[in-house]
Amino acid sequence: MVELKINGQTQKLDLDPEMPLLWALRDFAKLTGSKYGCGKGLCGACTVHIDGQPIRSCVTPVSAALGKTITTIEGLSENGDHPVQQAWIEHNVPQCGYCQSGQIMSASALLANNPAPSDEDIDTAMAGNLCRCGTYPRIRKAIHHAAKLAKEVK
Amino acid sequence: MKDTQSPELIQPLEIENVSRRRFLSNAGIASGSFVLGVQLSPAIASVENQTDEVKTSDNFSPDVFVSIEPDGQVKIICHRSEMGQGVRSTLPLLVADEMDADWSRVTVEQAIGDQKYGSQNTDGSRSVRKNYLKLKQAGAIAKTMLTQAAAIAWKVKPTSVEIKQHKALLKGSNQALDFGQLVKVAATLQVPARDQLQLKNENEQVYIGKEDIKLLDGELITQGQTTFGFDVDFEGLKVAVIARPPVVFGKVKSFDASETMKVPGVIKVVELPALTPPAAFKMLGGIAVIAEHTYAAIKGREKLKIEWEHGTNQNHQTQAHEQVFREALKKPSTVVRKRGDYSSAEKSASKTFEADYYVPGLAHATMEPPAATARIKDEKVEVWACTQTPQSAQANVMRTLNFPQEKIGNIEVNVTLLGGGFGRKSKPDYVAEAAYLADESKMPIKVLWTREDELQHGYYHSPSYQKLAATFDQNKKVTGWHHSMVNHPIGSTFNPAAKTAGSADLGQGDMMFDIPNILVDLGDTETFYRIGWVRSVTNINNAFAAGSFADELAHEAGKDPKDFLLELIGKDQAVDFSKDDYKYGNYGEDINQYPASTARLKNVINLVAEKSGWGKKLPEGRAMGIAAHRSFLSYVATVVEVSVNKGRIKIEAIHSAVDVGKVLNPDRVRSQMEGAAIFAASLALYGEITAENGQIQQSNFHDYPLARMTDIPEIQTHIVKSSELPTGIGEPGVPPFAPALCNAIFAATGKRYRRLPLKQFGIV
Repeated sequence: MVELKINGQTQKLDLDPEMPLLWALRDFAKLTGSKYGCGKGLCGACTVHIDGQPIRSCVTPVSAALGKTITTIEGLSENGDHPVQQAWIEHNVPQCGYCQSGQIMSASALLANNPAPSDEDIDTAMAGNLCRCGTYPRIRKAIHHAAKLAKEVK
Repeated sequence: MKDTQSPELIQPLEIENVSRRRFLSNAGIASGSFVLGVQLSPAIASVENQTDEVKTSDNFSPDVFVSIEPDGQVKIICHRSEMGQGVRSTLPLLVADEMDADWSRVTVEQAIGDQKYGSQNTDGSRSVRKNYLKLKQAGAIAKTMLTQAAAIAWKVKPTSVEIKQHKALLKGSNQALDFGQLVKVAATLQVPARDQLQLKNENEQVYIGKEDIKLLDGELITQGQTTFGFDVDFEGLKVAVIARPPVVFGKVKSFDASETMKVPGVIKVVELPALTPPAAFKMLGGIAVIAEHTYAAIKGREKLKIEWEHGTNQNHQTQAHEQVFREALKKPSTVVRKRGDYSSAEKSASKTFEADYYVPGLAHATMEPPAATARIKDEKVEVWACTQTPQSAQANVMRTLNFPQEKIGNIEVNVTLLGGGFGRKSKPDYVAEAAYLADESKMPIKVLWTREDELQHGYYHSPSYQKLAATFDQNKKVTGWHHSMVNHPIGSTFNPAAKTAGSADLGQGDMMFDIPNILVDLGDTETFYRIGWVRSVTNINNAFAAGSFADELAHEAGKDPKDFLLELIGKDQAVDFSKDDYKYGNYGEDINQYPASTARLKNVINLVAEKSGWGKKLPEGRAMGIAAHRSFLSYVATVVEVSVNKGRIKIEAIHSAVDVGKVLNPDRVRSQMEGAAIFAASLALYGEITAENGQIQQSNFHDYPLARMTDIPEIQTHIVKSSELPTGIGEPGVPPFAPALCNAIFAATGKRYRRLPLKQFGIV
């Protein structure tokens, strides 16, 4: 039995602490917003935050998240209105949508660390997130837009 | 001459066996009766038992695609699969627009697999063109009947009633009735004949063709709340992963699962039946590990000890086979198209020019690998799958379980969202696996494919080898064009005897240059693994070769590549392929209805040249390349601008002009063009599937890389305003990209790359 703090709630889950966090989230905590894409930390579809930092949950064992704060796409905002989520809607970013949870989690972590990123900052921060549908140009625009939205809120 | 395969022709029958005629008779139109053969019973009940009693479940459903609840909520069926092309945000919108429904009061329901909807096979870039009229008519039927219902209520002629924003308005008054208030009366009326409907013209449209259409599922996607095939879950569901034979048609010789069974959470292992030719959509075989959760299933599979018998394909080497391809084109087996006499043109030419091209095997690499869930209870099979073709999945489950044909209705295929499709999810082998394992284990089963499974057990785009030759006269005019191609045909997946390359109809035979002597032919070869259709299919390699070669000829002739393209295309005309003794498939459409128009092809070239600033002075080390291609009845021209820095190529700008006829949802046309360019960038820069000893070598994104954000600049899409019939947008953006890129690299460096991917040359 392990205790995980996910999206502000502590959950007791009966699982092997060596299990990749992704499967703990999806199969045990029943939070399927984080996606499987490669299982090797190569595509970013599984990105979640641990203590605010973006990590690849498919290669991070549950043991590494014990006692820490985990945030998934489901917990990024109360009403789906995080500036990144708003900007994604505004720019109609998703195509199939499968990689977008990971993209949004990477983008929100970027903006938390760098409120006004340049194109280059964005490319560097987002290079670990694959999108086979090809939404990169819109993601870039949406991140700039989200940066503006976040500034207005402050 | 030989009717070459198009993907539509070579797929098994059940995919396209629902004729329009069948649809019409199902819809009860022929009899002119309101009671629709396939209709939902509440509507029928309300017609037959007309009482004053209010039944809250009673709705008005004049067509299989639309119904209205008594509260006015409009339900529109989306019968095609959503895989990122935006079909759920476009097709239902067409119905809503035609009937003047308020989009905020529309619920879109994803159809299960059912022949009553006609074909649900979501590939070939045809969801819009195959359903445009049908869905407009569905909306118009509803609108006509709502109008009549309001006329009855107000005791006026229908011409005194106007429908706007979910309401009937009485002209010359301020009286209005909401759709919900009309349901009961409308449900008693006769369904109008389709040929008597007044369809909206473009000026009357409210949503269609407009810019600000928000994605139907956008909010849920950004909150991680949608359900993909991987996400299906319910009480008691078990997870399975499968160790499949490394070589197609290989089988399990022996296995030991004792270590697997020690993994906590593993429930059991099941051996799947070995695959025999043809591969079609059958299971590949192997050993399945069934577990309580995904981690246990994956771990259990790692612990399996399996001895394989690799079978007939175990000596295949991709690299060595290239020589077989070359030999095959020394003696092409099949002439596809012949105009004039190429060999005489060769004899009288003042100059001939030749080049050969190689495009490797490619994988779909959908971000969501295949996944399917099956639950069998009594005589009913329920399936949930990310499938492009639920009816084909249904038939595949029927065959896998030896289910009686007459009970196929007991197999219910629910379509989830697809995390990408690109043709992979048209092949429901994974659905068969889920059904088989659910049946064998007597447990509901979700089969998940890992990335390694997806890349190593796919239905690949075949590697291809192509030879092009052209003749010039003394005025540097091209007098002859000869294009030969060989690949492993898609047909071999369904018929092991198929050896002639396919599909020439996709960008090889239907070349649109006005050249007096044309010869297009194909070579024969064996196939060693499953071949399938990948976004834009053989247009990928055919356009790469033809688009690169046209550019090479321009440089040979000392002319500007854009001007030279226009010159090759020549005068305005609808190309008549039949004159060249070529039975061209035209993507299954009548060539008179969807002609191969040189004017439209030249128009996109001129448009993209203007918008990209073709011919302008560029900084040192930068250059542009251009290519144009008609596919899936659409016209696309692409300009790619590159820079060279220390021998490395960077894509600096991408411009495309596209003519898809009438545009329904411009934002999704642009997003498909952006996505197509990036899909094509992945294959041009990085994509390569190879086999050694019959086994696919690539296994994950480290050795099958995809384009990343750092590879991709802004993408500009320029849409031609048109009132022609709508064509298709899912695929046509892909083919011209790779040749435009390589033409740009040539312009920048003087180096011609005739093989993909470019990563092998160390320039990306």
